[in-house]
Amino acid sequence: MNFFSFIIEYGPKFTSAAIVTAQVFVYSVILAVFISIFFGIMRLSKNFFIQAIATIYIEFYRGTSLIIQMFWIYYVLPLFGLPLPALLAGVLALGMNFGAYGAEVFRAGILAVPKGQWEGASALNFSKRKRMQRIIIPQIYPIILPPAANLAVELLKGTALVSLITLVDLMFVAKQINMMTWFSAQSFGLALIIYFVMARFILVPFLRWLEVLAARKVGRGKA
Amino acid sequence: MYVEWRWEWSFEILPQMLWATLNTFLAAGVGYAIAAIVGILFMLGQRTSYKIINIPTREIVEFIRSTPLLVQLFFVYFVAPQFGLTLSAWVCAMITIGLHYGTYLSEVYRGALEGVSKTQWEACRALNFSTSYNYRKIILPQAFPIAIPGMGNYLVGIFKDTPLLATIGVAELFFTANSIGAYTYRYLEPYTMVGVIFLVISLPTAFGIRRLEAAVNKAQGKVNV
Repeated sequence: MNFFSFIIEYGPKFTSAAIVTAQVFVYSVILAVFISIFFGIMRLSKNFFIQAIATIYIEFYRGTSLIIQMFWIYYVLPLFGLPLPALLAGVLALGMNFGAYGAEVFRAGILAVPKGQWEGASALNFSKRKRMQRIIIPQIYPIILPPAANLAVELLKGTALVSLITLVDLMFVAKQINMMTWFSAQSFGLALIIYFVMARFILVPFLRWLEVLAARKVGRGKA
Repeated sequence: MYVEWRWEWSFEILPQMLWATLNTFLAAGVGYAIAAIVGILFMLGQRTSYKIINIPTREIVEFIRSTPLLVQLFFVYFVAPQFGLTLSAWVCAMITIGLHYGTYLSEVYRGALEGVSKTQWEACRALNFSTSYNYRKIILPQAFPIAIPGMGNYLVGIFKDTPLLATIGVAELFFTANSIGAYTYRYLEPYTMVGVIFLVISLPTAFGIRRLEAAVNKAQGKVNV
């Protein structure tokens, strides 16, 4: 079977699978962003315990594999009486794992804001909260967006793992069609191409656009 | 709580798990060695001035970098036999890991070479050094320390990605945990132990790399944030 008739026959299946992948990706990104901000700020705290909790969380999630975390959440948590649907388990694992990486990016971003900005804000009598909200946070976007973009691509690639916990995403469908028809090159090839297109022509341009926007907002980009 | 942790049983399966950990080490080590070499090839391919070579190389690197390792593993594992290449799971896994991480390492190498100050290259030209002497004695000794943190991070990265190899049947740690689980229908202990073993190995490694990175930054006179 040539590639085009393969696409015509199995295209719809791949399309709906790609939508599942996109869904998992979007949910995980949202969760990861919240977790990164939360633990990134905790990591900067002067309180020893708060900082220790964040450090333990981050090191734990960065020290073990995503696939093991996902399997643990999906297959072991039910043994403790907490069965989670596959989508939730996958999103939790992805979001918490990449949140740990994101927290480090967020922390580095805040630390990279020049000290003069902190001092200036204090000199102008901003409250701590206002200083963070109005002065520091708006300046970190151009700093953290490039590494965040890398993480986003990694996260998109990571979504392929949810196929292993029975979620019908791109990888799952590719495997299924491979098993039914043995058109291995076509099914896995098409999956690879779809992942590539999603990363290269949708996700990355969008993040580049955000970067340009952020650079312009702080007056560093081309007008 | 529906299940209890069985200590005696976990000690019973511990030797089996530790043996499998050796396989994980083997997979990570061989994969890394291949990736380090493939990375050099990709880097050279991207750096040559021949457009016929550098444009395709760049596209290939981009493609491999933005698609999941898991799908690539299956692609190689199932498609290679259709072209008459029957490879064992191990060989497939090593090829895929080598290619996948080779693209990442090529970026590390590239960044390291570009991190060497431009004046060094100019000075070499001014002093009329040959290209090979220039690389051997001037550029590479300066580029290597810059590459250390990135290379170390991907070593840990490969190590943490080895459980994926279980999906095509490489008998490493995670595969062993799965089969113990399937055999005894107890997943709590094997999966948790895999996690702990990974943590015990990758945390000190990551810590060591961070120390190394700090030392390198210090030696180069950069202030550590």
